[in-house]
Amino acid sequence: MEQAISLWPLMGIAVIVAGFLLRFNPVLVVIAAGIVTGLAAHMPIVTILEKLGEGFLNTRNLPFILLIPLAVIGLLERHGLKERAQAWIAKIHSATAGRLLIVYLFVREATAALGLTSLGGHPQMVRPLLAPMAEGAAEKNYGELPGAVRYRLRAMSAATDNVGLFFGEDIFVAFGAIIFMHNFMLESGGIQTEPLHIALWGIPTALCAFVIHGCRLWRLDRHLDRELNKINVAAAKGGK
Amino acid sequence: MNFQQSYLYWLAGLVLIVVAIMSWRDKANPRRLTTGLFWGVYGVLFLLGDWTYALFADAVDGKRTVNIAVGGAVVLLALIAGFGGVRLGSYSQRTPEQRQESATRLGNRLFLPALAIPVVTVIGVLLFNNVPGMQTALFGPGNHSTLVTLFSMTVGTLIGLAMAVKMTHEKIHQPLQEARRLLDSIGWAFILPQILATLGLLFTAAGVGSGISYLTQEYLAVDSRFIASLVYAVGMALLTMVMGNAFAAFPIVTAGIGIPILVMQHGGNPAVMAAIGMFSGYCGTLMTPMAANFNIVPAALLELPDKNAVIKAQVPTGVLLLITNVFLLYFLMFL
Repeated sequence: MEQAISLWPLMGIAVIVAGFLLRFNPVLVVIAAGIVTGLAAHMPIVTILEKLGEGFLNTRNLPFILLIPLAVIGLLERHGLKERAQAWIAKIHSATAGRLLIVYLFVREATAALGLTSLGGHPQMVRPLLAPMAEGAAEKNYGELPGAVRYRLRAMSAATDNVGLFFGEDIFVAFGAIIFMHNFMLESGGIQTEPLHIALWGIPTALCAFVIHGCRLWRLDRHLDRELNKINVAAAKGGK
Repeated sequence: MNFQQSYLYWLAGLVLIVVAIMSWRDKANPRRLTTGLFWGVYGVLFLLGDWTYALFADAVDGKRTVNIAVGGAVVLLALIAGFGGVRLGSYSQRTPEQRQESATRLGNRLFLPALAIPVVTVIGVLLFNNVPGMQTALFGPGNHSTLVTLFSMTVGTLIGLAMAVKMTHEKIHQPLQEARRLLDSIGWAFILPQILATLGLLFTAAGVGSGISYLTQEYLAVDSRFIASLVYAVGMALLTMVMGNAFAAFPIVTAGIGIPILVMQHGGNPAVMAAIGMFSGYCGTLMTPMAANFNIVPAALLELPDKNAVIKAQVPTGVLLLITNVFLLYFLMFL
C-alpha cells in the first residue's frame, strides 16, 4: 500500500465549509479553497492559475445566459412591466400567491419533463413576471405588504422555479444527466442500463416533489392569511 | 464559414465593456473605478478565444500562457468582487408614477417582449433539433447542444429588444443603462457560478473525488439494505452540497457506495439507483450556497437583503423530498 491515496486535497472542502460558516464573502472562500486544494495536491501556483483560467474560459456560458436578457428586462421594468404584471393578476378574482405558484410549478415541471427547460429561469421569468405577480396577488387580497412578506414571496417564487426545473428535466430521456449516468455506470462498473428506464424510475420522485412543494405553497396561502389579517386587524384597531 | 460560439461571447463582451465605461462615468457610484474595472475585465475575458491562442502560436505553450494570464485576471476579479468593489451607482430611473402611467398606457403589450425571450428560445431549440440539416448548415458538423440554446436565446433577446425599443421609443443606450442597473444589483454574485464550476474542475484535477471514495469504502460498512440506501441517498445530497453540483457528486458516490454495495452486494436495480440517486443530489442542490446560479444569484437578482433567503425557502422541500427518496430507493430498487 505504498501508493496510498492522498487525502490532503480534501482540505479545500474544509476551507469551503469553514468559510461559509464564518460568513466570509463566498467569492473569496471559493478562490481560497481552489488555491488550497491545488497547493495540497502539490500543483505549482502557475498550474493553479492555468486551471483557473482554462475553467473560466470554458464556463462562460453560465454568466452569458444571465447577462443577455438583462437589457430587455430592465427596459421593460423602466416602463412598468412589474406594475402591469401586478395589475393583471389583480383582475383574476380567484388568484392567490400560493395558487399562482402551484400553477407555475406544474407548468414548469411538465414543460421541463418534455425537454423545454428554457421556458422559465430567474432573469427572464422570475424577476420580471412571476415574483411581481405573486406579490400582486397577495397585495390584491391583503393590501400593502410588509417587507418581510414581500421578500418571502420573492424567495418562494425563485424556489418554485428551481424545484420545477430540477425535478422535471431529469425525467426527460434526452437530458444530459440521463446519458451521463448511463455512460458512467457502463464505463466504471460495466453495468448496462436502459436510459429510458433511468428516466422512468425518476417519475415517482418527480411526482413527490410536486406534491411536497405544492403542499408548502398551499400552506403559504394559509400562512399569509393568518399573518396579514392579524396585521390588518391591528392596524384597523389602531385607527387613524 | 460556420457560426461560432465566440461570436455570441463577443456580443456579451461588448455589452460588458460599454457597461464598464458607463460605470466609470457614474459619479454617484462610491467605487466607480473598481466597479468599472470589474465589468471591463469581465468583458475582455469574453472577447478572448481561438484568435488569442493563434496570436501566441509562435511562443512555446502559447495556449498555456493565455490560460495563466486569464487565471491571474480571475483572481483579480474575485478580489474586487469579494472585497466589495462592485457598488450601486445612479441610473436616471423613472418615478413610480411615470412607470404606473406607462404601464397603464402600454397595457399587456408590455408582456410580449419579455415572453419573446423564452418562447423564441424554445422554438429555436425545437427547430434546430428537428429540422434535419439545420444545425450542420449553421454551425458545421458535430454536437452543438449548448450553442443551439445560447444562439436561440440570443435571437429571442434581440427580437424582444427590438420590440421593446420600438414600443417605448427609447434611445439605444437606455437598454444598456438598464442592463448596468441590474448587473450592479447582482454585483459579486455574477462571478460566483463560474468560479464554482472552475473549482469543481480543480477538485477533479487534484484528486478530491478519489479521496472521498477511498474514505467511504474504507470506513462505511453498510450491510443492511436500508442503511445502504440511506447512506447512498444522503451521501449524494451531502456531497452535492459540498461540490455544488450533483453531476460532480454522482460518480464519486456511485463508485464508492452505489455500484459495490447497492448493486453488487445487494443486487439492486441500477436504473432505479441512478434515477433516485441523482434526484437525491438535486435535493442537496436546493440547500447549498455552492449552487450559486440557482440559489445565490436569484437572491441578488430579486434584491433580497438575505442572500440565503432562496435556500431557506427551499430547505423544507429539500429535506422532505430527501427522506421520501430514501424510502423510494429502498422499496423500488429491490422490486
